[in-house]
Formats: sequence, structure tokens, C-alpha cells
Amino acid sequence: MSPTWIAVLATAAGCYTLKLAGLTVPQRLLASPRVRRFAELVPVALLAALSAVQAATNGQAFALDPARLAGMGAAVAALLLRAPFLVVIVAAAGTAAVLRAAGVT
Amino acid sequence: MPAQTTDSDVPPPPAGRGEPRRASSPAGAARPVRDGVSLGLAVGVSGLAFGAAAVSSGLTAWQACALSLLAFTGASQFALAGVIASGGSLLAGSAGAILLGSRNTLYGLRLADVLRPRGPRRLFTAVGVIDETTAVTLAQPDPASSRTAFTATFWALYLTWNLATLGGALGAGRIGSPQAFGLDVVGPAAFLALIWPRLAAGGTERLVALAAVAIALATAPVLPVGVPVILAATAALAGALASPAAASSGDSQ
Repeated sequence: MSPTWIAVLATAAGCYTLKLAGLTVPQRLLASPRVRRFAELVPVALLAALSAVQAATNGQAFALDPARLAGMGAAVAALLLRAPFLVVIVAAAGTAAVLRAAGVT
Repeated sequence: MPAQTTDSDVPPPPAGRGEPRRASSPAGAARPVRDGVSLGLAVGVSGLAFGAAAVSSGLTAWQACALSLLAFTGASQFALAGVIASGGSLLAGSAGAILLGSRNTLYGLRLADVLRPRGPRRLFTAVGVIDETTAVTLAQPDPASSRTAFTATFWALYLTWNLATLGGALGAGRIGSPQAFGLDVVGPAAFLALIWPRLAAGGTERLVALAAVAIALATAPVLPVGVPVILAATAALAGALASPAAASSGDSQ
């Protein structure tokens, strides 16, 4: 087996094990109110951070893409208007797509 | 922003509809399925970009597909391809990719409590523990919708991501860039939309989210890709330590 295949399979095994580890944590650990509160807050923290990083960087450096930021603006506007989920993502993607079609990059 | 009163976990109803709410089973299952499938399809198309990036980094099409089928976590997959493309060591590439997967462990902590998978089912459920499934699942008002949302999001995303990976690896990416359709905005907009009800409901949640964003953006230029998001979990840790322990669950101790 080539070294690249070993790296691919090791990565897959490691990623799967990490997913399983979270699901397998003993429920009595989650019975502690602070641990439970942490588990409740973690998705909020990670998804907020992920949203910001994906919106405002290219993964590393800041990359303020006008069409993408306008799409995020449209999403926020839709959320403030209490639009349903689908409307929010269509507004976001549609705004970015229209601006790019119009030459905004 | 109009204050939404007490129902903390229930997302706001669609505005401006006169009809009474139909919350019973058929209509109750429709929304999690619709939301999950649409997010899964839209984000899954990014598999085209992964397939193309993987092949141009030197992986074979089979290796790209094996990663999407078995690792199934976009950030880690892109990270491994990136290291291989830059000629870095395979060991470092795998280690970095696996480190990025650790946020799925944190999601699993919460999903275990909501989904309650048991026995062998847990081995299968684990495959689907990623950003998108977590976001849609935890945005649901009750355990039954949460389970429906998880299943719908997982299958839509898993199938699309894998087909798109194959397509991208075989060169379909040249047809058109997902960016032209604004699909790069779908992820960040969806994550924001899905945590929005939590932000509207709780002051601690808002502070934690703001701190998480600040930590991630401040460290993004200096840390390896993906690490800033994991570091943002410290905001949740601070929130959990600072808030009164019984605030969320009411009667515990």
C-alpha cells in the first residue's frame, strides 16, 4: 500500500474515531450541570466562529469578498424579518450570485 | 430586533401567515426534512471543489472518494489535500486533518443527549456527526424533529458530497464554479440562521457567540486553517463556568 493511501486511511480512521468519541461519552458525565451547559454552548460557539471565518477569510488571511459579504448582509436582513430558513439561504446565495454575474468580485 | 418572548427553543413562526399552526406529525416532519435536504444539497455541491482540489494536489480519484466516503468531514479533507499539495509530510498532513476533526467530538457530546443513539446504531450515527447535521438538528424544537432533521441532513449531504467529490475528481469542476451560484455563502448563512433562535433567546448565548467570533477572527491570520474555530470552544467553556449552573436545565441541583 502506498504511503498516500496509508495517510488517507489513517485520516479517515482518526476522523471517525473522534466523531464516535463524542457520542460515546458516558451520560453520567453530562449529568453535571456545568458539563451539560458546556455541551449546549459549544455548538453555538463553534458554528458562530465557523460562520465568521467562512464569511470573512479565505481560511487564513482576511478576504473581504464584496459579493459574499453582501450575501451575508442579505441573510441577516432576512433573519431580522423572521424569514424561514430556506428564504434566508436563498437570499444569501442569490444576492452573491447576482452581484457576481454583474461583475462584482 | 423585535423581542421574542419566552419560548426559548422554538424558532420564530413564519411571519404574516393567517392560517393556524399545523404542528402535528406530517407538517411537523416537513420542515426538518425540507431544511436538512436543502442545506445538504447546497453544501454537498462543494464536494466538486474538494474532488478537484484533491486530484490537483496529487491524490488519485479513488483516494479523494475514499476520504469523502470514510472521513466525511470537509475541513479535514481539504486540510490533508492542502498539505499534500504543498509537499508537506504525510504524517503532519494526517495529524493536522485529524486535529481539525476534534470539533466533531464536541458536537457529539451534545448530539448524544438529543439523538440518544444506542448499540450498533451509534456506530452508524457517528459517520454523520459534522457541522451541518449538528446545526440543523439542534435548531429543532423537539427530539422527534431533531432525529428527523439529523437523518435528512445526513443523507442529503452524504450522497451529494460523495457524488460531487467523484464529479470534481473526474473534472466536472470545469463546468462552472459553485461560487458563481453563490454557494460559498450557503454555509456561513445557514450556520448563522440555525443558531439565530438561540442567540435571540439567551444573553449568555449571544456573549458566547460574540466571543467565539472574536477569538476565531483574531487568530485566523496566525494559526493553521481550522484551529481558530476549535479555539473558539474556549468561549463556550467560559460561558459554562460563568453562568449559573442551573440556568438552562431549571431544577438540577
